[in-house]
Amino acid sequence: MKIVPGAICEAGTSRVNKTGGWRTFKPVYDYDKCIKCKLCELLCPDSSVRPKGDGYFEFDYNYCKGCGICANECPKSAITMVLEEK
Amino acid sequence: MAYDMKMDKQKMVVVEGSYAVAHAVKTCRPNVISAYPITPQTHIVEDLSQFMADGEIQNCEYINVESEFSALSALVGSSAVGARSYSATTSQGLELMHEVLFNVAGMRMPIVMTVANRAVSAPINIWNDQQDSISQRDTGWIQLYAENIQEISDMTAQAFKISEDKDIMMPSMTCMDGFILSHVYEPLVLLEQDITDEFLPPFRPDRILDPKNPMTFGAFADPNFYTEFRYQQEQAMQNALKKIEDVASEFYDMYGRHFGGLIDEYRTEDADIIIMAMGSIVGTIKDVIDRLREKNVKVGLLKVRAFRPFPAQAIMNVVRDAKVVVVLDKNISLGMNAGALFIETKSVLYNTDIDVPVIGYMIGHGGRDIPMSTIEKIIADAEEVMRSGIRTESQFTDLKEELI
Repeated sequence: MKIVPGAICEAGTSRVNKTGGWRTFKPVYDYDKCIKCKLCELLCPDSSVRPKGDGYFEFDYNYCKGCGICANECPKSAITMVLEEK
Repeated sequence: MAYDMKMDKQKMVVVEGSYAVAHAVKTCRPNVISAYPITPQTHIVEDLSQFMADGEIQNCEYINVESEFSALSALVGSSAVGARSYSATTSQGLELMHEVLFNVAGMRMPIVMTVANRAVSAPINIWNDQQDSISQRDTGWIQLYAENIQEISDMTAQAFKISEDKDIMMPSMTCMDGFILSHVYEPLVLLEQDITDEFLPPFRPDRILDPKNPMTFGAFADPNFYTEFRYQQEQAMQNALKKIEDVASEFYDMYGRHFGGLIDEYRTEDADIIIMAMGSIVGTIKDVIDRLREKNVKVGLLKVRAFRPFPAQAIMNVVRDAKVVVVLDKNISLGMNAGALFIETKSVLYNTDIDVPVIGYMIGHGGRDIPMSTIEKIIADAEEVMRSGIRTESQFTDLKEELI
């Protein structure tokens, strides 16, 4: 990537800027508890919950910042926040 | 190079400094003017408003805004779509723009803004000093200071040309001393429309905001990228060092007028004492120099026209053989007990082979008069420094001890 003076760039470049590294806790699904209610996808402020195609969802860890809203709102407690460890 | 100024008396008119600036702006064919009135800048924007009302500025939008913050913010938008954009302000208005000044420079928008230099509050004071623009020195704006109304008028066209250069693309402040220049009536040649159309081509930036070709301006830069943007801004400033000189020469070739590039010199050949200053005060200094030269005092003037970018090399060349350098500042960096030009001058001479004493005087704060006798007294001090070295490095001038 080359820098253009004035921080001018084409639209859509926030995709290049992967912000998942900001996360301290990461959300993890327990699909046995999930009832496919879709609340997590609707409430994610960063569009980091993606449909898997089978009715369930998965996290896009490239952009999920670990805010925990999904886990907090899940009516079946199917999402656990797990400490990120290297 | 010696510049022979052939001022055509037939072309000269007597107008107010503010009118000269407004006329110069009109002649540069701006597309958007956005400003908020504040003394002593008001007459500039009033005159521009009158030009608009009279239909004298074509293809231009004059935006009435509710504050200086908005005035400059509006120009961020207009400059981004490729409009030649202009504003004018001073003092508190300029300080209110502080945040936007960084944005304009960071987004590399070649906006030109006249600053009618005025003291800053508190205590409230509407008279002239240069604290307002000096306080904005690190915002990334080119800063040029004018000596008289002919120079500030001519400087307006030069500033657009410098700023809009593809290797620069940085905004410019053209600074004129409030009241002393903004409200004075002097004879001058108003900026000529026919020559200016040739001198200043239309503004055609490489990248503009356009819905058909979407772009983001001033985008997010994380720690991986931010440093390089700052580096590019500094490179642009370094490019401006040469461009300011080139544009002044080109201006001379086309218009026949020259007031210096980065700096100007007056009777500096063989001078033991070099006085450095910016703005209208240099007129007074020239008169004092003429008077003292008759008494064989070897004194000369180094007029600093560009404060940003700072003309380090040009200054070094002039002061190299002097015996003492005296720097006059209409500002103070509180806590440093010195003015900015003095601090910068001292800093560029360090780590060089030049060993010349530099003394500083803070002068003319809040519009206090600077008579010739004060300059003469300062030069007498400088002669004393030549004889017996520096006793006071930097000091207030004409301080009224009895009031304290």
